[in-house]
Amino acid sequence: MADFEVPVLNEYPVIPKVKEGVMAHSAPFLAAEKFQTPLGFPGELPENWKEVAIDKMGELLGKYRSLQVFLDICVHCGACTDKCHYYLGTADAKNMPVARQELLRKVYRRYFTFAGKYFPKLVGAVDLTKEVLDDWYSYFHQCSQCRRCSVFCPYGIDTAEISMAAREILDTVGKGQKYCNEIIGKVFVVGNNLGLPEPALRDTLEGLEEEIEEDTGVKVRLPLDEKGAEILLITPSADFFAEPHVDGLIGYAKVFHEAGVSWTVSSKASEAANFGMFIGSYENMRRVALRIREAALELGAKRIVFGECGHAWRVAYSFLDTLAGPFDFLDQNYPIPQHICEFTNNLIKENKLRLNKAENDHMKLTFHDSCNVARGAGMGNVEGGQFTIPRALIKASCNYFYDMPQDTIHDATFCCGGGGGLLTDDLMEVRVKGAQPRMEALKRVTEEHGVTNLAAICAICKSQFAKTLPYYGFTMDQIVSVHQLVSNAIVLKGSEQEAELDGTAE
Amino acid sequence: MTLVTTLYVGLFYAATIILIVGVALRIKKYAQTPSPLKIPTMPAPRTQTGVVMRIFREVVFFESLFRANKWTWIFGYLFHFGLLLVLLRHLRYFTEPVWFWVNWIQPFGKYAAFAMVIGLLGLWGRRFLVDRVRYISTPSDHLILALLVGIGLSGLGMSYLAHTDIVSVKTFFLGLMRLSPQPLPADAFLLTHLALVALLMIIFPISKLMHAPGVFFSPTRNQTDSSREKRHIASWAQQLEAGER
Repeated sequence: MADFEVPVLNEYPVIPKVKEGVMAHSAPFLAAEKFQTPLGFPGELPENWKEVAIDKMGELLGKYRSLQVFLDICVHCGACTDKCHYYLGTADAKNMPVARQELLRKVYRRYFTFAGKYFPKLVGAVDLTKEVLDDWYSYFHQCSQCRRCSVFCPYGIDTAEISMAAREILDTVGKGQKYCNEIIGKVFVVGNNLGLPEPALRDTLEGLEEEIEEDTGVKVRLPLDEKGAEILLITPSADFFAEPHVDGLIGYAKVFHEAGVSWTVSSKASEAANFGMFIGSYENMRRVALRIREAALELGAKRIVFGECGHAWRVAYSFLDTLAGPFDFLDQNYPIPQHICEFTNNLIKENKLRLNKAENDHMKLTFHDSCNVARGAGMGNVEGGQFTIPRALIKASCNYFYDMPQDTIHDATFCCGGGGGLLTDDLMEVRVKGAQPRMEALKRVTEEHGVTNLAAICAICKSQFAKTLPYYGFTMDQIVSVHQLVSNAIVLKGSEQEAELDGTAE
Repeated sequence: MTLVTTLYVGLFYAATIILIVGVALRIKKYAQTPSPLKIPTMPAPRTQTGVVMRIFREVVFFESLFRANKWTWIFGYLFHFGLLLVLLRHLRYFTEPVWFWVNWIQPFGKYAAFAMVIGLLGLWGRRFLVDRVRYISTPSDHLILALLVGIGLSGLGMSYLAHTDIVSVKTFFLGLMRLSPQPLPADAFLLTHLALVALLMIIFPISKLMHAPGVFFSPTRNQTDSSREKRHIASWAQQLEAGER
């Protein structure tokens, strides 16, 4: 199936011995000029690229305290060395978080510090060369910016910040990544990552309405561009057609229907994802975020709710107000923005949803905490709400739920292996290998508790697992959406399911 | 005054200035560089008090390191808290009369020197024995450990092998502080100890030793989880908005 060796799943995690350069060949396709220009980046390496790169580094050092402090204060203690899923899955030395950071730090030292300028060998400082640039391109695209290393670092050094800076420098000298930059361009032109135009979107949503009516006998609407709707739903575009994402979207629609609120999707902002974060570009991230503000204003929405998407929720929860706020025109009685899991959880707490858990009895569930939700965002305005709320939804919808081992969940969760802009076929090897720690934990609960399915609230996790599960002897349909479980269990008022349960069916 | 005394007087004045000015400039840079985005490692405290507690646990208990690696934590803890006690004990050479609590910790401080050296040797051992840590170690990592071990051993030498004229040493440092230099005894342990300490002071602001003040400026640790409640925006980011709305 693969032209590389798929890692083995051990009974207990094994920290691999360091190997040098085994993943040096891994690099994503370069972005062509036509994908670079719309984002404000050159199409190829400029003649004075070294100067441009060092200047950019200097600019970023002045703009981001995180970068300045993190490049200065690492003591090489090694606490992070065995925490990255890409290191655990590949054993490549440069996939240890500190070693990945050193790729940038070495150059920082050489050009920006006294010790690096005068004693480069002593402190491991190097000149910026084309080889160094290639190393950056390779290894900063083997980081999914999942922040697991930052949890364990005694100073909170976050490799995500460093890899974002590195990618922005690379973009500035024309070495952009095709997958991310092409997608950002599509968002600017069409409105979503997949390039789905408005008519296709309308068609899809109508199809889903028919499907729900067939299943339940209830007319549940999935409105598009409806002015005056109370809630604007911003969801990853994969929710419109991919499996199991779309089953989640059906779940949101049923929940909104039962709540009796009016809502709409926007064709202008038909995408929750914000790949501007992956490439570390504040300007592009801001441009992508501003579409949401514009859509909310044009449609006259009072609330913004986000669908299941990991990094999108990080950008929404942690950055949206910064990038596109203040949202003083929205209803201040609700969190801005709100997560669909928070919305559904509130309804469950208020006893406004009728859920028949038996509908999910064919599955035994576990939950994969998506990295950007777990370590980059929150939920429910309580510390750790991002862990308890999705689990509460699953437990309210299913009879069988088992957590994976403690050191692989909550804020110690492993990335799925496809986050941070790596969800592209040209990076399949690193994606499969990076999934190893999660697959190992999943195997534990399948053996110990007979778990059959893995639920997630991130579009990238869902796509990544659908693709990588088979490499490890599982099947692609074992990954499910959390709102798919809610959707299965929900008993709509006036539905066939309600009649059957209450014994009033004919 | 002897040549040795003159040299050490100059050395300590220079080292002190470099340490204070260097660290102050570095801290100024950290403080003045904006944090444009809310990036606390979540889940994060929702209040400022919570953040103070989080940093307290980080600095006093090495909370994250404890979660990460027990060996590094044990050795790191032995070293840092050994060093703290040793430093506090040394206050007796810079104060007259000596503060009462410095006298109280005096006996603990003496044993803390052993803890400090054992911790350092443990950390150094990891740089050879653990392949991952070996890979990431630079020559300066080894040299800084050597420097600290040297300071610890030369200090222990004075306590247990060849006593120095400690009364004169105190007179020397009080003299330095009062800007009236006094003679320094010239025995090998003392001169080595002081030279290494001065070197440590000099490299402090230009090395990874900046982790000590730096940890307080780490945005992943010192930010509150309040992005939905209060707008956070950097001045340079605000300029992007100017004229748009």
